[in-house]
Amino acid sequence: MKVVVKLYAMLEKYLPPGAADNQAATEIAPGDSVGRVLAGFGLPPEMCHLVLVNGVFVPPSERMTRTLKEGNHLAVWPPVAGG
Amino acid sequence: MAWTGKILRVDLAKGTCKDEPLRMDWAKQYLGQRGLGTKYLAEEIDPKVDPLAPGNKLIMATGPLTGTNASTAGRYSVITKGALTGAIACSNSGGFFGNEMKNAGYDMIIFEGRAPKPVYLYLNNGDAKLVDAAGFWGKSVWDTEEGIKAKHQDPLIRVASIGVAGEKGVLFACIVNDMHRAAGRSGVGAVMGSKNLKAVALRGTLGVKVRDAKAFMAAVAKGKQALAANAVTGQGLPKYGTQVLMNVINEVGALPTRNHRDSQFEGANKISAEAMAAKRPDGKSNLVTNAACFACTIACGRVSQIDRTHYTVAERPKYQVASGGLEYEAAWALGAATGVGDLDALTFANFVCNEQGIDPISFGATLGAAMELYEMGAITSKDTGGIELKFGDPKALTEMTELTGRGEGFGAILGLGSKRMCEKYGKPELSMAVKGQEFPAYDARGIQGMGLTYATSNRGACHLRSYTVSSEILGVPVKTDPLVTEGKAALVKAFQDATAAVDSAGICVFTTFAWTLDDIAPQIDGACEGNWTTAKLLEVGERVWNLERQFNMRAGFTAKDDMLPARLLKDAAKTGPAKGLVNQLGKMLPEYYQLRGWTPDGVPSNETLKRLAL
Ligand code: SF4
Repeated sequence: MKVVVKLYAMLEKYLPPGAADNQAATEIAPGDSVGRVLAGFGLPPEMCHLVLVNGVFVPPSERMTRTLKEGNHLAVWPPVAGG
Repeated sequence: MAWTGKILRVDLAKGTCKDEPLRMDWAKQYLGQRGLGTKYLAEEIDPKVDPLAPGNKLIMATGPLTGTNASTAGRYSVITKGALTGAIACSNSGGFFGNEMKNAGYDMIIFEGRAPKPVYLYLNNGDAKLVDAAGFWGKSVWDTEEGIKAKHQDPLIRVASIGVAGEKGVLFACIVNDMHRAAGRSGVGAVMGSKNLKAVALRGTLGVKVRDAKAFMAAVAKGKQALAANAVTGQGLPKYGTQVLMNVINEVGALPTRNHRDSQFEGANKISAEAMAAKRPDGKSNLVTNAACFACTIACGRVSQIDRTHYTVAERPKYQVASGGLEYEAAWALGAATGVGDLDALTFANFVCNEQGIDPISFGATLGAAMELYEMGAITSKDTGGIELKFGDPKALTEMTELTGRGEGFGAILGLGSKRMCEKYGKPELSMAVKGQEFPAYDARGIQGMGLTYATSNRGACHLRSYTVSSEILGVPVKTDPLVTEGKAALVKAFQDATAAVDSAGICVFTTFAWTLDDIAPQIDGACEGNWTTAKLLEVGERVWNLERQFNMRAGFTAKDDMLPARLLKDAAKTGPAKGLVNQLGKMLPEYYQLRGWTPDGVPSNETLKRLAL
């Protein structure tokens, strides 16, 4: 099944070559957790500060158990802030 | 001690500049800058005064840390009764101007009355005089700053000035220092213009003393290490600036779009930090480099350059150079609020806001409201001088920015701000504002705490009075759920009090992504007499908050003004995580009043006033 993975700021470089708009449509296996998908991109867990599924925060404690559904948007940022 | 102990009082009507001692008893209670400036203003003006009348005063105030080598210690604030709001106004700016004022020998400059003809203040190491500004009236901020430096043959002068917008009474005109740093909000530039005061030019080399140099240096060094080690202040802000929020806030469904009709913008990524850093067809990127204010070790500032073939600059070399780039709030207001997704058009509009001295937040938000009025036919192209005010049209944005900057044509109507403009066209409900000041870049349906922040902000809608986004979205210091109201009253109060203390110290609020008051208190204590602890800073913050509230109440504001527009309370968000939600202000406000020690009508109780020595 397909999900959309969006990687921002310093995490942009973990996207596959040719990815545009900071995102990549990605084929994952049913039952894959958020943490597993992110590991598939080679993302170091400590760089994944803000992890959102369809815009809702997934706390670090749930990232290895939380599974994704078809069409979910998984968006990730390193520690960033503004104002 | 880090206060100079001296203020400069400028009587513009009489043309006099006089030194007077700083009220040290007030400094011990209100610290400096925002707190101390507000105390002076509240003591000296009738809160009911017309903000643009000579009876209003304009105070430029530094904090005790301003001009020291504490990180970010270059801040100053402008305190006055706001032209846009009629409420207390306190607009904070970085750059180098605050440091120069302190080194010229003053904690504060108080301007009173109105000059019979345009003047500027020239202050060189304690020597102050008013100078004829006839040659600068009608000139932009950029030309004024360059002109004053040339006239005095001193490139090291620091200048804060107004553009044509401030002269013409654009109600969200700001005061710009160092070409692109601004005391931005609430129309402090319109107040300056009403006083016939074009600019303040400073030169200062006197130095700033601290109470205990050894303790101060140790605390400052520790603070700087903490900023460098923190991923946000050490890496995120310098590399991407505040603009990194564009995609974050869009993703969480809290990016107000097209006058808050939507809360997600399809063009967000095109106007984001990532887009600013990306290579354009001309091989360059919008972002040229980052930049820092005085003594800042974070350096979140943006310096940008527009593609030379872009329609905005192709024929205008003046705007082809690198200049102050987009911060998140400006990019949101000029972009998402108007539906415009053209990064170079936004950058141009931002340059013009700096050049002419208008607040991009209130301007962009007001233009968004005008575009909605245009769409429904309440405004026609007859009103706009033939310009089609269509959502998403970059040319409508850039033309209106230039007109508003000069206070000309339909720009003069936009210059009234959204409240007065929407009332004029019979649709007051379309003004997305609190106490007459437009919202910044967070939709209160998707970030509940921000609804309470906006409703209770003493200077009208503002994110910088209690930036609960930090907790609700970014997880600093702890992550809270943005979609619930539980705990938000306490969160807002805590942020408000702590921020009021930081704003009174002379440092930048962005340090608080890494610092708590525990990091700040030893720096202030090393610099100042008075045993400055975290508890004492919190008390100062709470005192300042209540003083501002009292000022507003004496100006005629009541609990009824702690209110959000119906759109946020009745029209649910259409997409994103907050889909189906409105802001539940009614659930938070009574608890907030209670936590503040205010009556159910939002009035500080006698016990609270007594506890805070007010
Ligand atoms: S963090 Fe940014 S705004 Fe604050 S002082 Fe530093 S450069 Fe200026």
